[in-house]
Amino acid sequence: MGRDGAQPAPLRTHRMDVVRYWGEAVALVAADHPEHARRAAQAVRVEYEVLKPLSDPEEALSDDAPRLHPDGNITRRIKIRRGDQDPHADVVVKGEYEVGMQDQAPLGPESGLAIPDGEGGVDLYIATQWLHVDRDQLAECLGLPPEKVRLTMAGIGGAFGAREDLSMQAHACMLALRCGRPVKMAYSRSESFVGHVHRHPARMRYEHGATRDGKLMYVRARILLDGGAYASSSTAVISNACCFAVGPYECANAAIDGWVVYTNNPPCGAMRGFGSVQNCYAHEAQMDKLAEALGMDPVDVRIRNALETGSSLITGQVIDGPVPVAELLRRVKAMPQPAAAASAHLDLTQMPGGVSNTTHGEAVRRGVGYAVGFKNVGYSEGFNDYSTARVKLSVAGGRPRVEVHTAGAEVGQGLVTVQAQIAGTELGVHDVAVLNADTQVGSSGSSSASRQTYITGGAVKAACEAVRERVLALAVSELSGLGRADSDADESGWRLEHDAIVAADGSTVITLATLLGEEVIEETREFRPRRTARLDAETGQANAHMQFAFAAHRAVVDVDTELGLVKVVELATAQDVGKAINPQAVEGQLEGGAAQGLGLAVMEEIQVKDGVIRNPSFTDYLLPTTLDMPPVRMDILELGDPNAPYGLKGVGEPPTISSGPAIVSAIRSASGRPVNRVPVRPHDLLGV
Amino acid sequence: MKVTFTVNGQRVSADEVWEGESLLYILRERLGLYGSKNACEQGECGSCSVYVDGTLVCACLVLGGQAQGRDIVTVEGIADGHALHPVQQAFVEAGAVQCGFCTPGLIVAAHDLLRHTPEPTTVEIREALAGNICRCTGYAKILDAVHLAAERMAST
Ligand code: FES
Ligand code: FES
Repeated sequence: MGRDGAQPAPLRTHRMDVVRYWGEAVALVAADHPEHARRAAQAVRVEYEVLKPLSDPEEALSDDAPRLHPDGNITRRIKIRRGDQDPHADVVVKGEYEVGMQDQAPLGPESGLAIPDGEGGVDLYIATQWLHVDRDQLAECLGLPPEKVRLTMAGIGGAFGAREDLSMQAHACMLALRCGRPVKMAYSRSESFVGHVHRHPARMRYEHGATRDGKLMYVRARILLDGGAYASSSTAVISNACCFAVGPYECANAAIDGWVVYTNNPPCGAMRGFGSVQNCYAHEAQMDKLAEALGMDPVDVRIRNALETGSSLITGQVIDGPVPVAELLRRVKAMPQPAAAASAHLDLTQMPGGVSNTTHGEAVRRGVGYAVGFKNVGYSEGFNDYSTARVKLSVAGGRPRVEVHTAGAEVGQGLVTVQAQIAGTELGVHDVAVLNADTQVGSSGSSSASRQTYITGGAVKAACEAVRERVLALAVSELSGLGRADSDADESGWRLEHDAIVAADGSTVITLATLLGEEVIEETREFRPRRTARLDAETGQANAHMQFAFAAHRAVVDVDTELGLVKVVELATAQDVGKAINPQAVEGQLEGGAAQGLGLAVMEEIQVKDGVIRNPSFTDYLLPTTLDMPPVRMDILELGDPNAPYGLKGVGEPPTISSGPAIVSAIRSASGRPVNRVPVRPHDLLGV
Repeated sequence: MKVTFTVNGQRVSADEVWEGESLLYILRERLGLYGSKNACEQGECGSCSVYVDGTLVCACLVLGGQAQGRDIVTVEGIADGHALHPVQQAFVEAGAVQCGFCTPGLIVAAHDLLRHTPEPTTVEIREALAGNICRCTGYAKILDAVHLAAERMAST
């Protein structure tokens, strides 16, 4: 379900008479062997009256298009109006841009195990981004009270937004409850491609006006997202696409119009970058065009207009905390560039076309491109966001031990490690266990929107602080009871370190094992970030977002201008992460996120024709391999956000936003072609 | 049909195997060896990499019946009991694991590379691991891990 619950999920568990997309579940079959189930499913006959699919989002907007849902085809319309609506500009550049449909392609296909409890309830072992929202939807689908539906996290083979919506959860539970037996359900790769939402394809029309010296005077944009057959998180994705439509630039005058519409295409929803990926291709192409029209350096024109602390967004929100847009650009520009391929030592893997041996350097041109992007961290527009953590301190085997329990989904981003680090740091205890996530503890919200280290990290920190307070209070009362007046003197300086309470001078006051004995100290806390507000329907003005994260990229590419083949030679990035809680994991996010950006720029697209996915396999949907992904030069800034726990910022999404646009900019400069559509295909570079 | 083979040094057999089952299916669903992963069943991602008679293969592309009488080594057979193999240890230390779904396949593939090429260049590592898809890491830390493992194995 979309998080403001617009339209039910791309899953229905009741009798239906309309199928809105190719891939919608219509029947369930369980068997004792997958092959039996496959054959039985083939034997199911469904009678369809086939209608002409509505597959063009532009057409979906028109009045005479068939209405795919009772409320019509517009899932959400966004209007942002700021400043002068008829401003003067010396220079005007226009462009139309298109982004294809990307798939999250997490390596682990959707799967789960549902076990009926014999009393009408069900236990589900599942890979999901948000246990509690799954549980609530399942309870509703199954007609059960929430306490009869218990979820336990199974290992998650990547997510990237693909596991925000239900996939096979309800189906496995229905079968298990009906059969009275455990049911395991796992998607094949082709089912996975069809069975989860994708990144929204976008069509964008932009107009930028600037003064002769490069100051942005206005931006007008029209953004149309194809949401496919069901809403998923479309209403939030279009909000992001519009709020950040101008990019991280000061722009006093703006008119942004956005629509996300229903079509009969595969449903689209969350994917890393969430609306900010699509618009970044457009606003960064526009900034390059502007630079060219003005005869300015593309980085300079960006720096000239860069947001800074205290700037207003086009939504009227004033951003506080560090806003290092200009600094990030300066840094990526200053980084050393890779040497041109040495012809003496021909390395085919470094050539466009790679080991297919299509060129030894003939017709290969190098290009360099820059891009910068930003987005919100955490949920926006008034969403009641929070996370819950339970922390328990006890003594086991003569040593203190901390158990951290949250429902936060470890999707590979490193949440388990971060929780352990926070608890270990706050309580000074070496032995920290992070329990497996389940619905026995309160919600942690979703592993989405780069929010978990901030929100669930914040909850673990708060619960640890509550435990620590009790430990120190206990120590004071126990020790004064023992007449240890010497240590009473400055108990305000006591801290927890190395499994003990340590005084300000570093001496051990008492070990935790001695202090606690049999005593168990357990605290549960909820952490809530700053509140946000919904965009005004007419003007799009609001303090809609909680935190902003920025990254800049530089790409160096080689293009075979005769064959239209591209080799990305190097990516360089600078990103402010506030505080790197786990520096190695932060680097991993920057590298992995850039790889997904590269994928959308030059390789990855779900091909949809008349609503049918034509390439639902790893053979036909191309993912970056070791031969496609270049080294990533990184400059990680830790500028500290005064509002966030430890000063940290969400890290996961910015790497996926500006990496692709930087690559496309470099391709433009190498090929001399306009390139207004991603992924870039060979024929786009040859003009055929 | 009944299929009998050796896996990680132990003789095993599976009864009532359907002729269309892959070696991967037998390993996971019949023998409970969940280390080898199923991500594509098309030989594209390398998540199911195992050794068959010492040759690196995608277990999803090997029919169960073809395993008859063979010597199979899975990722579970790479470690020495509870002591991690240097390749595994290097993956942990280098941060080469995010979601971990690609990891077992990469461990076996990297293990195979280092058997043949103990001191691989970055280009050789890239080529050797090009059949293993990782969606999370962008590969940089995986390359680091293989270099680290090679260094350590050379010095022992
Ligand atoms: S599952 Fe065997 S190669 Fe992908
Ligand atoms: S770590 Fe997730 S696919 Fe490689």
